[in-house]
Amino acid sequence: MKNQDISNSIDWITILLYIILVIFGWMTIYSVTVPPDQEYTFDFSLNYGRQMIFMIITIPIIFAILFVDSKIFERFSFVFYGIGIALLLGLFVFGVEKKGQTNWYQFGGFGFQPSEFVKTAVALLLSKYLSDAQVNLAKRNFQYIAFAIMGLPIVLILMQPDAGSAMIFLSLIFVLYREGLPGWYLWTGAIAIATFLLALIIKPIFLISFIGVFMVIHYIFNRLISRNPIVYGLIFIAIASFAFSVSYMYDKVLEPHQKDRINVLLGKDVNMKKEGYNLNQSMIAIGSGGLLGKGYLEGTQTKGGFVPEQHTDYIFTTVGEEWGFVGNLLVMSLFVCLFIRILYLAERQKTRFSRVYGYCVATYLFTHFFVNIAMLIRLFPTIGVPLPFFSYGGSSLWAFTIMLFIFIKLDANKVNEW
Amino acid sequence: MRKTLLPTIIIITSVILLARLFYLQIIDDTLKIKSENNAIKIKYDFPERGYIYDRNGKLLVANQPSYDIMVVPNEVKEIDTLEFCRILQITKPEFLEKIEKAKVYSPRLPSLFLAQLNKMEFAGFQEKIRKYNGFYIQKRALREYQTKSGANVFGFITQVNDAIIAKQPYYKSGDLIGQQGVEQAYEEDLRGVKGVKYILKDKHNREIGSYKEGKFDTIAKQGSDLTLSIDGDLQKYGEELMVNKRGGIVAIEPSTGEILALVTAPSYDPALLVGRQRSKNYTKLYNDSIAKPLYDRGLLGEFPPGSPFKILTGLVGLQEGVIDEETSFSCGPGFYYGRGAFMKCHCPGGHIKLNFGIYKSCNTYFANTYKRTIEKYKKPKDGVNAWANHLKSFGLGNFMGYDLPTGRKGHIPTSKFYERFYPNGGWRSTTIISNSIGQGEVSMTPIQLANMMATIANRGYYYTPHIIKSIKGRKIDPKYTTKHVTTIERRHFDPIVNGLFDVYNHGTAYSLGVVGLEICGKTGTAENFAKINGKRVQLEDHSEFVAFAPRIQPKIAIAVIVENGHYGNTWAGPIATLMIEKYLNKKITRKDLEKRMLEGNLNYQYRKLYPSKDSINKPKLTKVDSLRMKLKSKKEIEDEKKNKATGKKKDSVKK
Repeated sequence: MKNQDISNSIDWITILLYIILVIFGWMTIYSVTVPPDQEYTFDFSLNYGRQMIFMIITIPIIFAILFVDSKIFERFSFVFYGIGIALLLGLFVFGVEKKGQTNWYQFGGFGFQPSEFVKTAVALLLSKYLSDAQVNLAKRNFQYIAFAIMGLPIVLILMQPDAGSAMIFLSLIFVLYREGLPGWYLWTGAIAIATFLLALIIKPIFLISFIGVFMVIHYIFNRLISRNPIVYGLIFIAIASFAFSVSYMYDKVLEPHQKDRINVLLGKDVNMKKEGYNLNQSMIAIGSGGLLGKGYLEGTQTKGGFVPEQHTDYIFTTVGEEWGFVGNLLVMSLFVCLFIRILYLAERQKTRFSRVYGYCVATYLFTHFFVNIAMLIRLFPTIGVPLPFFSYGGSSLWAFTIMLFIFIKLDANKVNEW
Repeated sequence: MRKTLLPTIIIITSVILLARLFYLQIIDDTLKIKSENNAIKIKYDFPERGYIYDRNGKLLVANQPSYDIMVVPNEVKEIDTLEFCRILQITKPEFLEKIEKAKVYSPRLPSLFLAQLNKMEFAGFQEKIRKYNGFYIQKRALREYQTKSGANVFGFITQVNDAIIAKQPYYKSGDLIGQQGVEQAYEEDLRGVKGVKYILKDKHNREIGSYKEGKFDTIAKQGSDLTLSIDGDLQKYGEELMVNKRGGIVAIEPSTGEILALVTAPSYDPALLVGRQRSKNYTKLYNDSIAKPLYDRGLLGEFPPGSPFKILTGLVGLQEGVIDEETSFSCGPGFYYGRGAFMKCHCPGGHIKLNFGIYKSCNTYFANTYKRTIEKYKKPKDGVNAWANHLKSFGLGNFMGYDLPTGRKGHIPTSKFYERFYPNGGWRSTTIISNSIGQGEVSMTPIQLANMMATIANRGYYYTPHIIKSIKGRKIDPKYTTKHVTTIERRHFDPIVNGLFDVYNHGTAYSLGVVGLEICGKTGTAENFAKINGKRVQLEDHSEFVAFAPRIQPKIAIAVIVENGHYGNTWAGPIATLMIEKYLNKKITRKDLEKRMLEGNLNYQYRKLYPSKDSINKPKLTKVDSLRMKLKSKKEIEDEKKNKATGKKKDSVKK
């Protein structure tokens, strides 16, 4: 009886998009990890076989989420958050180091990355906090608490150190903005990023002169609206000192590999066999796909294993090589449809909790999607984040599935709540 | 605003990503090329070059395995360098240098370490190869010559250069190609077609399978074997006879136009241009500008044909009807043909008829015949043209169209030539009378002379000379089986052939005859000149001989030129006769003559061409010479004194 209720109320469009993406993702992992020129046997010990197992395990997880009482997620959000933080702290004791980052638990042959799940926990607690009618993000006190909820895991994850994952949490600022955070936070962030990049490309002194001229013009035109010139002066000083500090930071603070990533992004003189190798090979694989691609299982770059980590963070290069621009367009359209659908559903929610949570899910997924693809085609520094539903790995597949299906469950319950 | 910000960002950034992808995947082509370089390796399968046989099926040119040692620098570990170097006879610095060079190319890919080891060198290395990690053997085929003769016929194999690659895209850097001789002429038949395999490789350059299941791969096609018209024994014998002489021999089978022997002297052992020593030896041969061993005198040497040309003068005279068998001219001996102009004649003199004129090689007879031929026409212009047209029907004055890659036209002057030479006119038959006896403006190559004799042997037709007899798997060019008929009627040949027969019976080659063989021949002694230290000097005459045999149903026509060999019957005649006897009887009866020819040495004549000034061939100084150079001659001492005196004067003036 209950089953029927659920199947009537859940959003099948989202589930369909999810299923298509997961299956397409698995096909791509298969193409990357099937050994070339061998007799065909389905091998569960290889990555495509393991991913198949991960996918099968998601089915009970999905059912568990759909049949549990949806109030659990709201009520126990603090508990989930607490467990998440505990897991992150536990990494300092029990964690396994992988590529210089201590962000894994290892149980026999089974690995587990807690930060993937912490994302959902943070989203839940944030939603819970904002669902309180008294909370008004226009006020400082509430802002601080919201920032603290985000900030604690960010600090812990930065200590692993895993800057990529930490950055994903920062994207929640869009959610806060939606819920009333003043716009100048976003502007400050946008200006800071722009200044950062420009300061690396052109000399700070030119950048600052340029900004100064711009601000003077801006002030002259807006004088009648009674702006305080002191504010202008302060903003200018802030930007100028930031621009100089970027140069300084770049030289003194950044690790060599971080510098390399930025240099690669900016197309500065880099060695294509060393620090530029990943990006170069990734662009070759994607670019050689052309309009229609080389055909499924026919990618020469994929078969040759030229792109590193091609089954995880670089999975999209295989789509580009074997399916071409048309394949990329299709996959990206599916993702964008999913994001828009989630946002649409979120806005439809009756409770603030569900709405904020839906927003969090969409923001997380989109940030992963954008950062992952943009780094492959030199629009973003190389940061190791997985492509949701596509990249190989149990933790990430389960984490994203749980994250998404909690929202589907919340959405399904919207009618009979309260 | 707050609701729409995130969807807007999602759409805008996705469009930016797609635009970037569109640029990379559709507009920018460089990534596709990089991808091919990355992942696809082209492997060539070189087929074995075709073998070359002589007309009797004797193998002349085969292939031998040769072994290249390849090295993968990354795999070279813990080897006994000293022992390794000793086996391969290289020094340790050489070893390190080669490894370093290979590393620069690629530490993971095999690159050439040492090229073209022969069987012996390879055997020593093979025993120990398992001890040398990172070294591999790659087998290649090199030419193996079963004979020491015929280098000019075969040509040689060399690596393609950039110019060839630019012109013929079939060849890639490092490929081999035939140069000169049949290796060049029949390159496409001999080489076959190399197979191409597209192989997928991974990031470590390991092969991981074929590209697209071998859809674009092609299978190598074996090179075809060639059978040449050359008679291996005759070729060898010809080269032996020409040792220490310069010149050429061309022998043709008249009934087919097949070249039986093509000898140039001096020549070289074809094995010199194979293997590790190839480029060193080639440079040496190439730089020998005196003996020119790479220059095929049988095809490229343009000589004044001399007396053999009288045959053609006679034939043209008969055809034009200005003489017949009974026409006689009086010889003084000699021939006055103008104010004080006189042509000497070696014949006994008297009233000379055609037959006698040929076998005694009477200049007067043929000068008169030529004069009459030209003067038959009102204008000398028409006469010369009529004469030239007859000669051109013998294939003279032009490339013959044979299947070897080098050649010269020779020269048969037409009226145009003389009009340019004498722009104001005033030239007539006597001006150009030297042509009648094969001097003057006519010149021919030995192969043209041989073909002329083949034409006469056939009594009026010839086949384009060719060196190919058959190619496995395809027919030879039909132009070699097409008959070329001359403008001289068949009936005019008989008196001439009789005259040539009598050359051996009681003519200029009287002493050379072979018992039981009816040989028709003609001696020739061609005057020639050279510039030595800027002066035009007349050198010793070229010794020439043309012949065919037997008289009825001839089997061989031959032309022999021995440079600066004096009379036709001193060198060229005996050599031609021996060649004919060798070919027809397979054995030589006149051992003394043979011995004289084999041992004959004309190098003293050739030295005249390059007196001491020539830096390449400086004569060795004797002790007396060097002493003389140290002691100044009286004159020199006087000159020096004078110079000093004038120098002092100048100095004083300055002061």
